[in-house]
Amino acid sequence: MATAREPEEDEEEEVKLIKTWSSPYALRAVWALKLKGIPYESIDEDLTHKSDILLHHNPVHKKVPVLLHHGRSICESLVIIEYIEETWSQNPPRLLPQDPLQRAETRFWAKFVDDKALPAIWQAFSKEGKEQEQGLSETAEHLRLLEAELKKKKKRLFFGGEEIGIVDIALGWMVNLVPLFERILGVKILDEEHHPALLKWRQRMSDVDVVKENWPPRDKLVAKWTAIRERCVGKAAANE
Amino acid sequence: MAEEVILLDTWVSPFGMRARIALAEKGIKHEHREEDLGNKSDLLLKMNPIHKTIPVLIHNGKPVCESNNIVQYLDEVWPDKSPLLPSDPYLRGQARFWADFVDRKVFDAGRKVWATKGEEQKSLMEEFIGHLKTLEAELDGKLYFGGEKMGYVDVTMVPIYSWFHAYEVSGNFSFESHCPKLVAWAERCMQHDSVSKALPSPEKVYQYVLQLRKRLGIE
Repeated sequence: MATAREPEEDEEEEVKLIKTWSSPYALRAVWALKLKGIPYESIDEDLTHKSDILLHHNPVHKKVPVLLHHGRSICESLVIIEYIEETWSQNPPRLLPQDPLQRAETRFWAKFVDDKALPAIWQAFSKEGKEQEQGLSETAEHLRLLEAELKKKKKRLFFGGEEIGIVDIALGWMVNLVPLFERILGVKILDEEHHPALLKWRQRMSDVDVVKENWPPRDKLVAKWTAIRERCVGKAAANE
Repeated sequence: MAEEVILLDTWVSPFGMRARIALAEKGIKHEHREEDLGNKSDLLLKMNPIHKTIPVLIHNGKPVCESNNIVQYLDEVWPDKSPLLPSDPYLRGQARFWADFVDRKVFDAGRKVWATKGEEQKSLMEEFIGHLKTLEAELDGKLYFGGEKMGYVDVTMVPIYSWFHAYEVSGNFSFESHCPKLVAWAERCMQHDSVSKALPSPEKVYQYVLQLRKRLGIE
């Protein structure tokens, strides 16, 4: 892939991804790029000391991921995925359907993940008592809807159909983080009785090469999320 | 097959207004049905079983839910008249980013203002104005967020202008003094029939807000 080129040209044409090692949102962008076979340079951030490059390219939210292409930035993970799809439309797999109605449905579910499923599971993870119960019950409801949606797909392989699509990428954090959360919280979130299709989907996702090869290191993830839980519970205790 | 387009909507919803504006911009013949959210129709519950909210666009019997989805769908199915999203992927990415900002920051803060009072409300109002100033900076001397013509971000954002009067009376301030260029942009959009006919009267919205706050037990 690497050839002798003028440094300025490299800088302009190169794809770069500003990310952190653990951000589930950044991982979405990693998967989309790798699934489409797009070479890119990783710029790893320490969010406790945000770099000038991050602040310059995402002044509004100051968050990762940020995709840089031809020196211009695209922010927000789902926006980045649509950009990748449109810019490298000739590279398989197709991350969004071509039919407008199916695209609208796909966008609906991707947004559902971000607006409903993620906030609920975060509430379940970061709170205690009644607030946690509410988070868990909302998570259960969202998973029920996702399970039903997956069962509607003809072959029930992925939300994208026979191949991974944007909804699978958006939900990808479920593959690794849910078992981790279950362990830390001591509760069951996904089970065989209520979520047979989602559990099969999770296994299928884990087996996808791009997903398998790009998981953040497991022991680091365990340490990080355990610490987050302790901080959240500690904060609550301090406020009592 | 003749196109059948129905919009399930409520008059005061800024989300519904987005769909109305896009339909009008593109000259799409449609049937507008006003929903009573206290007594949702069977059709609404059938077409949007997940969220049970408006707006819902029903095109030849098939539903499209979520206002930004509806606007993008209309743009993809009727691309020739008044295209709302640019054709360049980078510019589309920018438009989607700002539409997401309007939803997650502007509208979200704006909505929370009505559910609070006193110091909490004051602080949320400041947050709301802060987001408006960010948007104003993005406008940066352009006529519209879409450039020379109204585009996706304009359609997403302008509905909240019908709520400005309610904010100003409640908060005892004027948007003109904080973000005059944004106010000028909104008034420019209002010159379009598609916008002025889609937005309800500010006074009607204010009366609605007073009733809403009474119902929430805040006033």
